Amino acid sequence: MVIMAALARPRPSDAASRQAWDIAAEVCDPEVPVLTIEDLGVLRSVAVTADGTHVILTPTYSGCPAMEAMRDDVTSALIGAGYENVTVELVLAPAWTTDWMSEEGKAKLVSYGIAAPTGHSGVRPTGTVRLQLAVKCPRCSSLNTRELARFGSTSCKALYECRDCLEPFDYFKVL
Amino acid sequence: MSDTIEQDAHGHVDTIQLSAELVEAASVASHDVAEYALWLGDDSLVLAQNLGWWISRAPELEEDIALGNIALDLIGHARSLLHYAGAESGRTEDDLAYWRDEPQWRSAHLFEQPNGDFAHTIARQFIAAHYLFELYSALMQSTDATLAAIAAKAVKEVDYHRDHSIQWVLRLALGTEESRRRMITGLSDLWPFVEELFVDEPLIDRLEGAAVRPSSLRGAVEAAMFPVLAEAELDVPRGFISSGGGRRGDHSENLGPMLAELQVLARAHPGAKW
Repeated sequence: MVIMAALARPRPSDAASRQAWDIAAEVCDPEVPVLTIEDLGVLRSVAVTADGTHVILTPTYSGCPAMEAMRDDVTSALIGAGYENVTVELVLAPAWTTDWMSEEGKAKLVSYGIAAPTGHSGVRPTGTVRLQLAVKCPRCSSLNTRELARFGSTSCKALYECRDCLEPFDYFKVL
Repeated sequence: MSDTIEQDAHGHVDTIQLSAELVEAASVASHDVAEYALWLGDDSLVLAQNLGWWISRAPELEEDIALGNIALDLIGHARSLLHYAGAESGRTEDDLAYWRDEPQWRSAHLFEQPNGDFAHTIARQFIAAHYLFELYSALMQSTDATLAAIAAKAVKEVDYHRDHSIQWVLRLALGTEESRRRMITGLSDLWPFVEELFVDEPLIDRLEGAAVRPSSLRGAVEAAMFPVLAEAELDVPRGFISSGGGRRGDHSENLGPMLAELQVLARAHPGAKW
């Protein structure tokens, strides 16, 4: 558990880098503006050295077009706060997983109207027709919901509908 | 100083690295590894380009979005793989995508096959996603750290693509008489291109441990596909087998026209950015 927590929130230990981390951590996902890149687990490392400030982000999905905006926003936020020589790098390994999303982030998602990932990555059910945990409606909390489309408005979401309040909603898929 | 930062802030993401540790160590592939990365990158890019055609044309809005999302994932994989493949010869992913002619492409024929009707596209997706899932599952163990990292990222996404294709194979095959007829036709039209995916070219012998031996994937791919076909009450098609040759630059008649469309803008306006 301690290891998982450290992986999810790799906030640096030295004071200077931690300060820069806290600025970068304020940047929000352009597609899901209630989530910061720290909530998402996309912010992986911030290091302030004599050579400049180096930030590492990891993409949620390989083709996610929001990465470019996040990269620009992190750069602007740090330059705006007076940091020099800011470089932002995208890394693929270790591969991002929804397990890195903070509990706070999941709560923000739900109040924004998006159901948070249920269960953990790597334990997806197998077989030709997969059963998964019921997804709770973010509006009325009913578990009586159904998947309309596994691929939703962005790579990371599926489209669901609630059979009780009859509203459609987005579900952040487990990855 | 601020000039470079500004430029950086508005530059596009053309440098996807694999991990902080790998940046200095091994991010340039050997010639053989680069060639292998080209095989995989071309498969994904060609399939993505084909799938993109469905955007605005799929049978329902949800499906339009699904195929678009799948294509987007595949473009992501292609970018990582072509970026890695090109580093060896000083070429960017865009150089490789836009400035190679047909004989220089390494895609297998399956990925080049036309979209046909929706059932053809689903049949192609069914085979492709099963193959890619087993390929990336095995490639995660590669001795080449970059390929292993790309595979670990891709496998989770391809798992969703596999799932998507399975649902449609079942739905079409067990749907109406017409949907079943089309699913059977689609599957038998695409099946001749399965064999090429399992052919071991000489390159593979030189990459023991780094590359996945294609012939080693057959068992797992078939073991995953056949039960779905059985559940869908579909026979495994038999008969004609394509001679393939995509890995050597011998392509089907479909690749040329597709590349013309993919490359025309970049070639008409060299260096253009958008």
